Amino acid sequence: MTTRRRVPRSATLIAGCVLAGLVLAVAVLSFFWLPYAPDDTSGDRLMPPGLPHLLGTDKLGRDLLTQLMIGARVALEAGAGSVLIGGLLGLAGGLAAGFATRWLDDTISALLDILIAFPTVLLAMLVTAAREASLGSAVIAIGLAMSAIVARLTRVLVKRVLGQDFITASRTSGTSWPRIILEHVLPNIWPTLSVNLALQFGLAVLAEASLSYLGLGAPPPNASWGRMLQEAQASVFIAPAGVIAPGVLLVVLVVGVNLIADGVRDVADPTRRRTR
Amino acid sequence: MTLLAVAGLHVRSPEGRDLVSDVSFTLDAGERLGLIGESGSGKSMTALAIMGLTPPGMTVSGSVVFDAPGPGRTEVVGAAERRLTSLRGRVTSVVFQEPLTALDPLMRVGRQVAEPLRRRRGLRGRALDAAVTAALEEVRLADPERIARAYPHEISGGQRQRVAIAMALACDPALLIADEPTTALDVTVQADVLTLLDGLVKERGMALLFISHDLAVVSRIAERVIVLKNGTAVESGSVDEVVNAPRHPYTRDLVGSARRLDSVLDSLLDGRTP
Repeated sequence: MTTRRRVPRSATLIAGCVLAGLVLAVAVLSFFWLPYAPDDTSGDRLMPPGLPHLLGTDKLGRDLLTQLMIGARVALEAGAGSVLIGGLLGLAGGLAAGFATRWLDDTISALLDILIAFPTVLLAMLVTAAREASLGSAVIAIGLAMSAIVARLTRVLVKRVLGQDFITASRTSGTSWPRIILEHVLPNIWPTLSVNLALQFGLAVLAEASLSYLGLGAPPPNASWGRMLQEAQASVFIAPAGVIAPGVLLVVLVVGVNLIADGVRDVADPTRRRTR
Repeated sequence: MTLLAVAGLHVRSPEGRDLVSDVSFTLDAGERLGLIGESGSGKSMTALAIMGLTPPGMTVSGSVVFDAPGPGRTEVVGAAERRLTSLRGRVTSVVFQEPLTALDPLMRVGRQVAEPLRRRRGLRGRALDAAVTAALEEVRLADPERIARAYPHEISGGQRQRVAIAMALACDPALLIADEPTTALDVTVQADVLTLLDGLVKERGMALLFISHDLAVVSRIAERVIVLKNGTAVESGSVDEVVNAPRHPYTRDLVGSARRLDSVLDSLLDGRTP
């Protein structure tokens, strides 16, 4: 039994933070220092890693390390923006459905099923057609697709919590609904929801890379790892660094975020903490 | 003085089944009433209807009137949620059967007990901490400071039920509704919790609506009983009358099986002791 507040520790959380923190550090650094300007094409084309270009250059003679650093920024922005949009919309929709009367709940659920069945790429093309090809469009499309998944999960979690005696007990002692949501419902759905949001962050980073690969993401000169992969694929056998470097960073970030997701669950839910 | 008057209470499920039909009774301030019946007899639904907490889709008709000194006369059936929120806690509180689900698993016990204290009595800071400790001491919990810092899964079932009782009493209600409060506990703990509940209700002059399937438990704590079967009250009267001279065949069955169980237990014990 615990008698004092312990700071819960989790090895997976620490490992995840190190991996994702590495990418975050690179992204932060990119605001203050870059080896070359992003549109500097003064280098030779398709140079191998070495000096003066540490990771070599791409087919236009741009420095790969520079692009990779900007790509870290773009990837994190895409992940954070999508999770923000998807999380807030999804939470609101899920709470509404969880509390709603039968027919409203059925309506929301049907809409969610349609949204989930809709391919993200198609959604991204629609958003791009309505706005323009940009990081913002990609984030909106990914966020919308994500919100349906988050909403469906939230709805189920809310229903499960609402069925429990402590909610009734709270109501019998005269607690108002807004207070019950803040004090009991949100904390009880958070352990599961936060894990899902962290996983969704990783998926969003991958989705942005896919959209950029297809030309639906940020246009040049904003480097995205997805577009770097696409541009480098023609010369993969001559200059493999152009594919390996963004690929490795993508894996590092997504694995890091997934480890954080696992670690968050251990920390957010006190019933899962090991008591010694 | 009549605290609660239930007249012709009907609860109908969305499928049109009558879960409670034509239940009527009154409860005076400080009186202790037992509601007996097997599972599905409508006893819990009756309790929920009294507080206006029936699940969505249920149709409630009839009349449930509270007449408490604070909020005055209130008709529960058909009342607005806001009116009911002010009634709950001040006039009624509930202790549930399963103490693990009756407490929020992710909130420290102390905070859960503090919630009604803060809202009803307006306590803050040190005074609130002291009131939480006092509330836990009142339900005879040893080491209340440690319990207040624990999560529900870190304390035992009996301790959890005591915490639930402390929460229900924190608002100082005129009527305490206990829905099978000892059923999920093992027998020795059951007796302790029952004694505790009995003492606290007497001390505070609170009315008690005690719901159980267990005739032996009800007869220990209640003065009057109502026997429910399939949502209908088949018999009511003082505990003595119902236990010693049951009129309805169903009640006779209940009393008979309780007696048979007792005699079997007795003969088993006799066989073992030389």
